[in-house]
Amino acid sequence: MSSQPDRMPQQAPSETPGQPSTDVSGRAASGPTGEAPVVVAPYELSVNGVVRRVVGAWVGDSLLNVLRDDLGLLGTKGACEQGECGSCSVLLDGSVVCSCCVLAVDAVGAEVTTVEGLTPPGGLSDIQQALVAAGGVQCGFCTPGFVVAIHDLLSTRPDATELDVREALSGNLCRCTGYGRIIEAVRTVQREREAADG
Amino acid sequence: MGSSTVAVRRPSDIGADIRRPDGVPKVQGAFVYSSDLSAEGMLFAKTLRSPHPHARIVSVDVAGALAVPGVRAVLTASDVPGSPTFGLEHRDQPVFAGDVVRYQGEPVAAVAADDPATAVAAAAAIDVTYEVLEPVVDPEAALVGPALHPDGNVFRHLAIRHGTTDACGEVVVEGIYEVGMQDQAFMGPESGLAVPADDGGVRLHIATQWLHVDRDQIAACLGLPPELVHLTLAGVGGAFGGREDVSLQIHLCLLALRTGRPVKMVYSRDESFLGHVHRHPARMWYRHHATRAGDLVKVEARVLLDGGAYASSSGAVVANAACFAPGPYRVPNAVIDGYAVRTHNPPCGAMRGFGAVQVCFAHEAQMDKLAVALGMDPVELRLRNALRTGDRLVTGQVITGTAPVAEVIRAAVAHPLPPSLSDKLPMMARPGGAGMTADVADLRRGLGLAVGFKNICFSEGFDDSVAARLRLELGASGSPVATVHVATAEVGQGFVTLVEQIASEELGLVDVVLADADTGVGSAGSTSASRQTWMSGGAVKQVCEQARGVLVERAAGLWGCTAAGLVWSDGEVVREATAQRMDLAEILAGGPVEERCVHRHRQTTPLDADGQGDAHLSFMFVAHRAVVDVDPGLGLVRVVQVATGQDVGRALNPLQVTGQIEGGIAQGVGLAVMEEIVLDGGQVRNPSFTDYLIPTALDSPDVAITLIEEPEPGAPYGAKGVGEPPAISSGPAVLAAIRDATGLELPRAPVRPDDIALRA
Repeated sequence: MSSQPDRMPQQAPSETPGQPSTDVSGRAASGPTGEAPVVVAPYELSVNGVVRRVVGAWVGDSLLNVLRDDLGLLGTKGACEQGECGSCSVLLDGSVVCSCCVLAVDAVGAEVTTVEGLTPPGGLSDIQQALVAAGGVQCGFCTPGFVVAIHDLLSTRPDATELDVREALSGNLCRCTGYGRIIEAVRTVQREREAADG
Repeated sequence: MGSSTVAVRRPSDIGADIRRPDGVPKVQGAFVYSSDLSAEGMLFAKTLRSPHPHARIVSVDVAGALAVPGVRAVLTASDVPGSPTFGLEHRDQPVFAGDVVRYQGEPVAAVAADDPATAVAAAAAIDVTYEVLEPVVDPEAALVGPALHPDGNVFRHLAIRHGTTDACGEVVVEGIYEVGMQDQAFMGPESGLAVPADDGGVRLHIATQWLHVDRDQIAACLGLPPELVHLTLAGVGGAFGGREDVSLQIHLCLLALRTGRPVKMVYSRDESFLGHVHRHPARMWYRHHATRAGDLVKVEARVLLDGGAYASSSGAVVANAACFAPGPYRVPNAVIDGYAVRTHNPPCGAMRGFGAVQVCFAHEAQMDKLAVALGMDPVELRLRNALRTGDRLVTGQVITGTAPVAEVIRAAVAHPLPPSLSDKLPMMARPGGAGMTADVADLRRGLGLAVGFKNICFSEGFDDSVAARLRLELGASGSPVATVHVATAEVGQGFVTLVEQIASEELGLVDVVLADADTGVGSAGSTSASRQTWMSGGAVKQVCEQARGVLVERAAGLWGCTAAGLVWSDGEVVREATAQRMDLAEILAGGPVEERCVHRHRQTTPLDADGQGDAHLSFMFVAHRAVVDVDPGLGLVRVVQVATGQDVGRALNPLQVTGQIEGGIAQGVGLAVMEEIVLDGGQVRNPSFTDYLIPTALDSPDVAITLIEEPEPGAPYGAKGVGEPPAISSGPAVLAAIRDATGLELPRAPVRPDDIALRA
């Protein structure tokens, strides 16, 4: 038996934009207190521009669980299960949500964007680049959530003041950085984008 | 053999803002944390925990759990083949509670099943009958009461008697202070994956701070020789001391060996709160004696730490609390008693600052009281008594390294103050923030100063060491590659960056590859005590230096000369007589170079019966000045700014040092105004991020930093540690500022709104 672990899931799904991917057999989902899981009929989610089939998920499954455990998108993290920490932030039709507090079945018909979808192929977005350069990453567990939240903030309020930035990011907890370098990264992106536009 | 005479001096990587190599995968969401692991045929585990802080277990019936379809194993105390107990300092903590439970959340059983839901259902189907007993939750009662455990209730009493113990000062101030229980609240919950191995052993992939001490505890409980238990560090989502103790490690390995299948477990947030140790709550009585001129004469202190149900690292924490109880001041006479005792509260152990944090709240409040009693400026009082190199601590140890205490104080108070309160202050920047409750006319601004210090590395004679291996070879592209192998836990602090910086500094232009941290190499000790830059950084430096010696010898052989006239310069071997140069690639064309070393720091000594001895290697000093705005009516506080001077020896990567300082200050601010595990009869009332609040981006203050760089003799590149000092005196500075704003005594941290609003 190999002792080397893999990332979940075992088979990487095909990723053809606009095309249904190969079914990914979902694990039986976790119920909060041990009641028998109720498996729903297969359904489709549009994630990062790809229509994905979800098979064998529980009706009460959160979007977070389905993204991670059924669709293998592990960039979205779980850390509090109650929408307090923002580690699981994703965009749902362009708005930031805590995916731990959204039922996956409620995301049917919406466009879901995760950190993977905000990462240019083979590279980094300006936000990701700035987080690395400014020292906004330490343990990094909160970082994907911040990437999503900052993307949303700068898309909707590009001229946000520092206080606006702090307020907008106050739904994302970071225990390592004290936020200083994260705020600096946001300010850097604002300056760069303004210079590029100017 | 070609050789070059062109010398290009590379800029040093040491002292540069080098970017962390794991930054890119972390911002992409591609970095693999322990909770992201999987293996073919993997089972999922769940722990059953006691709902009672103190109870006798009458019976445990697992039949209901075994009857759940998809359950593969259910384990209880009788299924532990080796040592029934584990622990960092004393093995007093059961793997599973057997006849008695001693804290709420103590594991009673563990289940492995085909999926997480089934594991949860099966754990709920275990029938445990408890005889609920009265918990002992008051550490004063535990100190004198009946034993709660066969090993007794006093984990350690450290008495320090220094100088003339009956000396008295002309001015005396006294106080009683308390600090609540803080949680590390790292973002990545405890998780791991155990895989049974063909040799009868087990491979564990785990987020931890100290692989080898985990391995030794696991092996003892499994009844296996340590070499059959192999640990590999998985991606760690923060630690701050909370991963120094075993949580799910032993349970996972037991389940993997029982089922013969890989087993994964991820704690939920509430389980994380119950499943790891916390910062010790403290009750502290202090009496300071001084001359009328303001010289400290004596410090008397009694520090009582609530260690909770099991020993963890309580002995070392209380040693720090006692040793650093007076603060970084010259104190010729001292009578200090530190106690860490057992109660039925949750176990406490390591958290950033490790004993130095709690006493800082007390000694700094005392210094402010003393300044008032003397009619002296609090900054002047501290400067007058500030420790310097050559001064003697209350443990009798003379400080031989750098001690820029006056410098860190002056640096902290030299920073410009933030703009004064005005009506222009946006609502969001006022106490209460989005609640929009604060009228600027009602707000009061306060300023506070606090100074702290702490040891670096392990103390009291501990054999503190790090093993390192280095392989130098030509990579596929023909350029030199240095593969470094250490068991050092990267928990977010940026050691991975330092490895690249140090290897490049010592070896020149090489691609640095950091092998997986695992138990295949010797121990690196814990990522704690601010020690990995000194210890693991020192080990990487040492093994690179050894390799350079081999490279010089090999160059001598290639040139047909002796090594005597050869020097290493800027990544090349230089033959001084002819000015010939040979670079790394040319030397490595003859084959790889492999070196290994074990790096140790100067030996320290234990403390004697009077708490005297050269117990500590080196010390880090720090000062913080806090500015707060307080709404006295609602008791709300906004921490506006924290300015700091920090003694770092030398900043090897200023960007990472800045990150450590800003992050540590946020944790100190949290302890000052919001963070506490609320206990009620031993029950944790707030095990969630809804009810245990940590600072957000809006709660965290502006931070102004001055680094004091006086290279520390004996430390690699002169660098002291940087991780803990930001968390030591930042909180006490905030309390001092709130006292300044309100005039209240506020002897307890965290300060809650009712402490202000109901007493104003």
